Amino acid sequence: MSGAASTLSVKVWRGREDGAFQDFAVPQAQNQTVLDVVTWIQRHLDPTLAYRFACRVGMCGSCAMTVNGRPRWTCRTQVAAVAGDGGLSLAPLANLPVIKDLATDMTAFFDKWQRAGGRFRPTGTRADEFATVPPATPGRRAADAGIECIGCGVCHAACDIVRWNPDYLGPAALNRAWTLVNDVRDAGGEARLAAVAGDAGCHACHSTESCREHCPKHINPTAAIAGLKRATTLALLKGRL
Amino acid sequence: MSSRPLTDAARGELRLWLAQRASAAVLAACVIVHLALIIYAVRSGLTAAAILGRTQGSLIWLGFYLVFVAAVALHAPIGVRQIVREMTGWRGRSLDAAAAVFAAALALLGVRAVWGLFA
Repeated sequence: MSGAASTLSVKVWRGREDGAFQDFAVPQAQNQTVLDVVTWIQRHLDPTLAYRFACRVGMCGSCAMTVNGRPRWTCRTQVAAVAGDGGLSLAPLANLPVIKDLATDMTAFFDKWQRAGGRFRPTGTRADEFATVPPATPGRRAADAGIECIGCGVCHAACDIVRWNPDYLGPAALNRAWTLVNDVRDAGGEARLAAVAGDAGCHACHSTESCREHCPKHINPTAAIAGLKRATTLALLKGRL
Repeated sequence: MSSRPLTDAARGELRLWLAQRASAAVLAACVIVHLALIIYAVRSGLTAAAILGRTQGSLIWLGFYLVFVAAVALHAPIGVRQIVREMTGWRGRSLDAAAAVFAAALALLGVRAVWGLFA
């Protein structure tokens, strides 16, 4: 259509934590995504702009940024859906250190997955038959509800508790732990429940549900965290924690 | 030790968390009864003397309000301690001691008030 004739005003965060917003004018196009805008700026206006992406189809979880104040996956966010009269404002994800411009250091985010016992601990060996996990069983359903996480860090950036307490494991790591707690093939047991219990774990969650509100995959980490609270309470009452 | 993967301190925190939830469940019931009682007393125009006439010597009201006071004395200090831990840098034994004093004060004031209705 006549989209190319109009331009979009885009403010982009430059530098590290002590950086500032820089203004760019980007031609508007049909079906333009926020990631398209960032790519256009890098290719045509400033090749030094740092940002991160890989798949461009909502699978890899690497392109999340703060778009007009909200954390979003930029490859699947249409400009038309989010740009108001003021255009676009793009910043790196919150609650993580900024490496440069729109790229954050996600080390702390993924370290939390490890601390939450996010690693699968198999009960079987490669000599065993494949485990049969019927789709209708409650454990399988609970795991299915959270298994599509792409690790984009949007929930971690949206979480108030992470902002108050940087040690808090956060929604994504706890959601991962809950999928494993419900995995009948997993041997993590009480060690994982101990890892997710306490002040920096599931008990710190105030159920403000920012994670659920912002998750681009429509996962509900708050429900997973509530499940972990129940599981740890039960294990405590049974004297296993 | 190997069968109990949590440290004593972490298990203590978990118990406090659980105690706060459990006392909240008790409070939910107590507050409803208490509010209904207030509305009833106000709407029927009961005087202070009439109210005292019903509560004095009543083991049921004594028991109910002692449970109420116990739940408050448990619930509030754990919650305030947690808010302080989240919002300020104050942690450790001094905070635990302050929370215990707060709990004792609530229990003392509460029991004193309940005894005033009963005796």
